[in-house]
Amino acid sequence: MKLLKCPINGTRPLSEFIFGGEWRDMPNPDTSSDLEWASYVHYRDNAPGIKKEWWYHSPSGTWFIAERNTLTDEVLATYLYSNPPATNVEEQSA
Amino acid sequence: MSMRLPKQVGEWINRNKKIRFSFEGQEYTGYEGDTITSALLAAGVKVLGRSFKYHRPRGVLSLANHDINALVTDGVDTNIRADVTTLTDGMQLKAVNTDGGVIKDKRKYIDSISPLLPVGFYYKAFHKPARLFPFWEKVIRKAAGLGIVNFNYPRINKRKLNDFCDVLVIGAGPSGLSAALSAASNGLKVILVDENQHLGGSLTYDFAGEVASRKTLIDLVEKVSASLNIKVYTGAYAAGYYQDHMVPVVRADGITKVRAKAVIAATGAFEQPPVFHNNDLPGVMLGSAAQRMMYRYGVKPFNKGVIVTANAYGYRVALDLLQAGVNVSALVDMRAEDKQDAHALELANKGIQIYKGYCVYEALPSKGKLGVVGALVCPYDPLTATADVKKAVKLECDGIAMSAGWAPAGALLYQSGMGVVYNNNIQQFVPNRLPKGVFAAGRVNGVFDLEARVNDGLRAVAEVVNFLGGAVKALSVETHKGPSPSHPYPFVHHPKGKNFVDFDEDIQIKDFINAAKEGFDNIELMKRFTTVGMGPSQGKHSNMNAIRILAKIRNFPVEKIGSTTARPFFHPTPMGHLGGRSFHAHRLTAIHAWHQAAGAAFVDVGAWSRPAYYQKAGLSKEETVQQESLAVRLSVGMIDSSTLGKVEVCGPDAAEFLERFYTGIYADQKVARSRYVMLLDELGVMVDDGIATRLSQDKFFVTISTANAPMVYREMQRCLQVWKLNVTLINVTSAYGVINVAGPKAYQVLRKVVSIDLSEDALPVGRSAEAKISGVPVRIVRAAFVAKQAYEVYMPTGYALSIWKLLLESGKNEGIRPFGTDTQRLLRLELGHPLPGIDTDGLTNPFEMRADQALEMGKPFFIGKRSLEIISKKPLNKVLVPFVLAADYKGEMPQDCNLVIESGVIKGRVTSIGFSPSVGCVVGLAYVAPHQAELGSVFEIRTDNGKTAKATVVQAPFFNAE
Repeated sequence: MKLLKCPINGTRPLSEFIFGGEWRDMPNPDTSSDLEWASYVHYRDNAPGIKKEWWYHSPSGTWFIAERNTLTDEVLATYLYSNPPATNVEEQSA
Repeated sequence: MSMRLPKQVGEWINRNKKIRFSFEGQEYTGYEGDTITSALLAAGVKVLGRSFKYHRPRGVLSLANHDINALVTDGVDTNIRADVTTLTDGMQLKAVNTDGGVIKDKRKYIDSISPLLPVGFYYKAFHKPARLFPFWEKVIRKAAGLGIVNFNYPRINKRKLNDFCDVLVIGAGPSGLSAALSAASNGLKVILVDENQHLGGSLTYDFAGEVASRKTLIDLVEKVSASLNIKVYTGAYAAGYYQDHMVPVVRADGITKVRAKAVIAATGAFEQPPVFHNNDLPGVMLGSAAQRMMYRYGVKPFNKGVIVTANAYGYRVALDLLQAGVNVSALVDMRAEDKQDAHALELANKGIQIYKGYCVYEALPSKGKLGVVGALVCPYDPLTATADVKKAVKLECDGIAMSAGWAPAGALLYQSGMGVVYNNNIQQFVPNRLPKGVFAAGRVNGVFDLEARVNDGLRAVAEVVNFLGGAVKALSVETHKGPSPSHPYPFVHHPKGKNFVDFDEDIQIKDFINAAKEGFDNIELMKRFTTVGMGPSQGKHSNMNAIRILAKIRNFPVEKIGSTTARPFFHPTPMGHLGGRSFHAHRLTAIHAWHQAAGAAFVDVGAWSRPAYYQKAGLSKEETVQQESLAVRLSVGMIDSSTLGKVEVCGPDAAEFLERFYTGIYADQKVARSRYVMLLDELGVMVDDGIATRLSQDKFFVTISTANAPMVYREMQRCLQVWKLNVTLINVTSAYGVINVAGPKAYQVLRKVVSIDLSEDALPVGRSAEAKISGVPVRIVRAAFVAKQAYEVYMPTGYALSIWKLLLESGKNEGIRPFGTDTQRLLRLELGHPLPGIDTDGLTNPFEMRADQALEMGKPFFIGKRSLEIISKKPLNKVLVPFVLAADYKGEMPQDCNLVIESGVIKGRVTSIGFSPSVGCVVGLAYVAPHQAELGSVFEIRTDNGKTAKATVVQAPFFNAE
């Protein structure tokens, strides 16, 4: 069974997690065209590669983002949505 | 005639303890530590079983868990592998694939008609005429298959354990032992697994006549036993490789799921048979099988043997045979090159005749093919794989040991994602790309020299240490020098065939040639047409030879052919090892035991178990549900709704959160008021609904339908992260019990026990109040879901049962009656309320449900709003309408999902339907085309019997008596 690292609870078996779909940036509903909005809600590119995904650690109720290479099934990083790695770097330098 | 040798140094049997058993009705004795096969061989029994297809007599092949023709049954278990199963006292065994015993098998005639039964014959022979196929199928099914399934098999669940280590070493031969020791000395926690009962692998039997070389084994095993960092599992096989280094290790008594940080596969190699006429006779076996037999079990494989070899290993086998006192008639070397190594000289010095550049053309059978009486050896032409029969020499022998090469035992590595390359120096596939944390050592890695194998273990550990974050010097191991350990094409064609490649399924060389002619010339297709590698040994002795044949047929290099996919399990693993306890979480309400005692028929709703209705003797389900519904309509009923999802949304942004999450307006909602909430997804599809009660300015109490509760709560949590609002969510689903008291007399029942005024004026629909029942704090919400006169009573879960009983008592005179979810569905249908998931599907939008009034399209944002804006510009395809059937309707009752059809075209479907005793006719909800939705319009429903029921669109609610 695969292991996944919850940013709060550490490395746990996959059976404790629920997949929440690919993370995608929502277009601004007020300014996007019907076409843009429809492609946001209906289309997934499904191409293998590094994806940001929502994962949920079920026993603790923790949503987080996993960056996963869907070709190799390798998880490169996991972090809270509110605390992406780039922010960490800024905080550290500040 | 006993074949038992004098005591051998290091043998695995205990000669002080005799074991009695029977085989095919005959009594035998073996020793403790014997396998079934070794005990039988010691007793002189050579024929252990019959082959799968042609029912040819078969004996030992490998003694390494792929002797598929020596399968036995003890009456309880079937297909027991005799070559590796430890003998126990009182075993009563029979060979599985015979009709009348292993010697007199009535099916042995099949061998003589085998030319009529080529591979794939039944695909072609029996499919026409089709009407006869059922007859042939019975015949084929009787003939095919091995043991007989025991339908009285006891249900045995074996224990499951977990274990953890830094490095898992699979295989305890020279590479595995040295790897385990080196890893342990580097401070790593090691688990060492080997499928044999004792450590050592080939170190326990491959001596080339010099038993003194056992010293290497003794040294390594002593150190391993002394190491505190090494945990040893023997008699245990690594059954598969799963993600992130999880390897189930299977023993007779159960399964251990080992999670490692790194894995070293030191799994070795399977010896491969050369392929010649009658290479399957009892007495013809792999060289390593003969060695195992002598040194592990103290049994002579035969009295006088011929060794046929295509590598240096056969010479080692010959020396071992001589050392054990077995006569060697001659050694036949299929290679013509005149490179004599030390072992060849030693053999020559001992006066053993060596036939260089010769092959065994055929093994000569004894009567009934029950054994070997000789070998016909001829000069061999490797280019054409043919023998020069004119120069045949006949050698007398009662056994033949075969050593033609090796196939890597790479199943686990393949499963982990290994890439391979074909190494021409050793004629073997070797890993050239391994996934992170997976390492190979020893023969599976293409390293054959003993010293090099020990070093390869050290090399692998250095890589493991560096992988785990250490910094040690990388090591390298010399590449193979000298002649190849495997022959590139160890086949001898014979006009009569019977030169077997796959002993599981009796597949001969010509079967592959025929398969290729039929167009099955890709390895995966060839596998399926010939069934090579599909038998119980899963190709352990046949896949490599099949690849070599296909390469020759297609004139490709072996590398181009590739290999078939390796899947778990490495050996067949009993169901009892795999079957686990059922971990389906079941949630029960605080009142569950009472429901049970009251005869509730339960139904699963999400994870919850809920009463569907309460069974009454002599009444059908429909009658009971109608009675329960009448109680609510005429008097009062109550239902345990504790399963509702309940979430407290707290904080200054609580109303803002709800307005973004749900479709309605909540900012202006007054305290102690309840409002309907509807949840959509981003597509604008209706997902769930419920009620939000404002408890204070910054606190809402939201209900979610039972089955959707976990998902909706998760979605709330995710949205909160994204929206970053000042809100806290508290899931109080199991903290509160809920009892819904409904019906015209609900007020009378409740007023007797509730501390506050519940009258219509004081607490109309849409209001809520905090109150007490017997001093217990409760919340009462007026929600008109099943009846206009209904009160939802929320209480701390611990008090739910006592309040339930109190209300029953309080409503005795009113005839209060508990009702279940089936009744609840009928009651809400009578009021015309659609249920998400029942009256909606994964595509239904609120316009189709005519629920526009629940949508606050003027809000800046709510989930699904933008999609609804697009949907609203398009014409509707269908709408949900309430309908009735005529009161005197006598036809077949339409069911949920029956279609609405107009002029032969599907326009919609029924989503809910039932006979309402309160309304006096069948009522329901259905999707219909918009032009059919007008009040009073009539549409047609096709019932299960194909007839048509006419339905009339009406105004909801159907029931409006209050």
